[in-house]
Amino acid sequence: MTSVQIFLHRFYDSDLFWKFRKTPAAVIAAAVLLVMVVCAVAAPLLAPHTPFDPGTLNLMDSRLPPAWLEGGTITYPLGTDEQGRDVLSTIFYGMRISLAVGVAAVLLSVVIGVTLGLIAGWFGGWVDAVIMRMGDVQLSFPTIMIAFFIDGITKAVMPTDLRELTRFYVVILAIGLADWVQFARTVRAATMIEKNKDYTAAARLSRVSTMRIVFTHVLPNTLGPVIILATLGLGVAILTEAILSFLGLGMPPTQPSLGALIRVGNDLLLSGEWWISMFPGLALVLLVLSVNIFGDWLRDALNPRLK
Amino acid sequence: MGVAIVSVRELGRRFDASAPLLQRLLTRAPRRFVNAVDGVSFDVEEGTTFAIVGESGCGKSTVTRLVAGLDTPTHGEVRCLNRTGNPLHMQMVFQDPVGSLNARWRVGRSIAEPMSSALPVAARDKRVVELLEIVGLKSSDAMKFPQEFSGGQRQRIAIARALAGEADVLLLDEPTSALDVSVQAQVLNLLKDLQDRLGLTYIFISHNLAVVRYMADRLAIMYLGRIVEEGPAEVLFEAPAHPYTRQLLDTVPDVDNPRRNREPQAFDIPSPLNLPTGCTFHPRCPLATDVCRRQRPVLRNRPNGSRVACHAVAD
Repeated sequence: MTSVQIFLHRFYDSDLFWKFRKTPAAVIAAAVLLVMVVCAVAAPLLAPHTPFDPGTLNLMDSRLPPAWLEGGTITYPLGTDEQGRDVLSTIFYGMRISLAVGVAAVLLSVVIGVTLGLIAGWFGGWVDAVIMRMGDVQLSFPTIMIAFFIDGITKAVMPTDLRELTRFYVVILAIGLADWVQFARTVRAATMIEKNKDYTAAARLSRVSTMRIVFTHVLPNTLGPVIILATLGLGVAILTEAILSFLGLGMPPTQPSLGALIRVGNDLLLSGEWWISMFPGLALVLLVLSVNIFGDWLRDALNPRLK
Repeated sequence: MGVAIVSVRELGRRFDASAPLLQRLLTRAPRRFVNAVDGVSFDVEEGTTFAIVGESGCGKSTVTRLVAGLDTPTHGEVRCLNRTGNPLHMQMVFQDPVGSLNARWRVGRSIAEPMSSALPVAARDKRVVELLEIVGLKSSDAMKFPQEFSGGQRQRIAIARALAGEADVLLLDEPTSALDVSVQAQVLNLLKDLQDRLGLTYIFISHNLAVVRYMADRLAIMYLGRIVEEGPAEVLFEAPAHPYTRQLLDTVPDVDNPRRNREPQAFDIPSPLNLPTGCTFHPRCPLATDVCRRQRPVLRNRPNGSRVACHAVAD
């Protein structure tokens, strides 16, 4: 057997996978999530239309209802928006941006939070006090306020065209900077426990450097809860991005995420074209729900106290 | 007389036990310090076992951490030099068999940790197998995780790791107190056997006098951060001089004489934050006099090779 086969075999035999198969909710959530991630990642291949190529758009096709309603056509299964863009295709591309922002923002918070948590937990004293009080202050600001703040700064210092280009990164920064505290707290607590375990003393006696002890001994022992928090945090980050985009602080209409699509469609909701905002909204609910159900299951499955 | 390779002189470690700064400012509470270790001196000869005995909180673990260099003394010094004047290599075996191994590392990796990184991987693997066999485990155990072993087996793994560092001195911090009695004997026998074969020097921390009697060549009795009596094991066990040593020995169960009359010892150990004046042992001492309440006794050499700190003991 190759090492890949051994790995797959171990995975298939593991407690975690067994628990996974025994939890229908987790299996369904994971399946939905997988389908949505594939649609998002492979959007250029799977989407029936190219909604952001103005050359392929036909204004005659604007505001068409979904296929099963009168006036709808199978060419646009979920209808079109006021510019004649296929709603299903915009959802695929929108999920791509929502997921990319969500994953990148969570990764940013994980990197910041884990690093600060390790430093605070390992060194203690005033270093710990400063980092954790910074976290307390951070927690007293809502994410949206931080996003407003960063948005305001970029508005002041950047020309408009550059700002449009960097929107994607600014949104990631805003969400990522707001969510590091929970990771820092978790990692700090775990680090303080691991630091006082005797195996780190044994490593010190063997003249292993502090950096090496922290990265090879302490870090792997703190990552379990971080993975759970990151999964649950992904749902929150996607939602936060949607809220920011809905408020006009997130992704621009030229690169719409699910939140931006809902915002665009929202204006047409009262004139009867409900599908333009409803379907992106439904996609958002499905995406966040499946992430959260999967995250909840992961938390329960990895919690040693519930075994 | 062998060569003293570990020399501890006037060792002291003071811990800050003050309340947090803000609370101190608000309540005007003074700063408070605990002398966990206070003026401890001893020598350990090469190839022998030096035991430190005392109740919990007496500072014996702090002494080991100071000797190991895991903590810095507030005063005094620890000199650890071998015959040729080079610094000694020390390794430690800990009390808690669960916390002393990283649960995410395979046992082989933990054992190899003290080895020089210059050593090729193949040579390291070979040495790990050798060490596992020396401590009575199987070579296949290297691929397992610590959770797959019992407490006694984990202590064997910890001993193998300590040996991997080519240590001259092993600090054994209550290595058997978390184990079943039958397993304790196995681990102690292993340690004795290794000492004979490899000429190791042990510093052995324990509160179990039966274990100490089996292991130690010399021992020191600690009470509230100070050594109250120190000397060759046979002298201390056969002719204990300090009243505290006598009380400790009195607590050892005696199979031959189960109904022997024992002195009841209801008195709790005083708080290290608020030490008694004079001899810190006087509130518990049956021989205490006025001098004991006023003046702290110093360690005096006795003709039988031991040292004792007590006003009531005649030379």
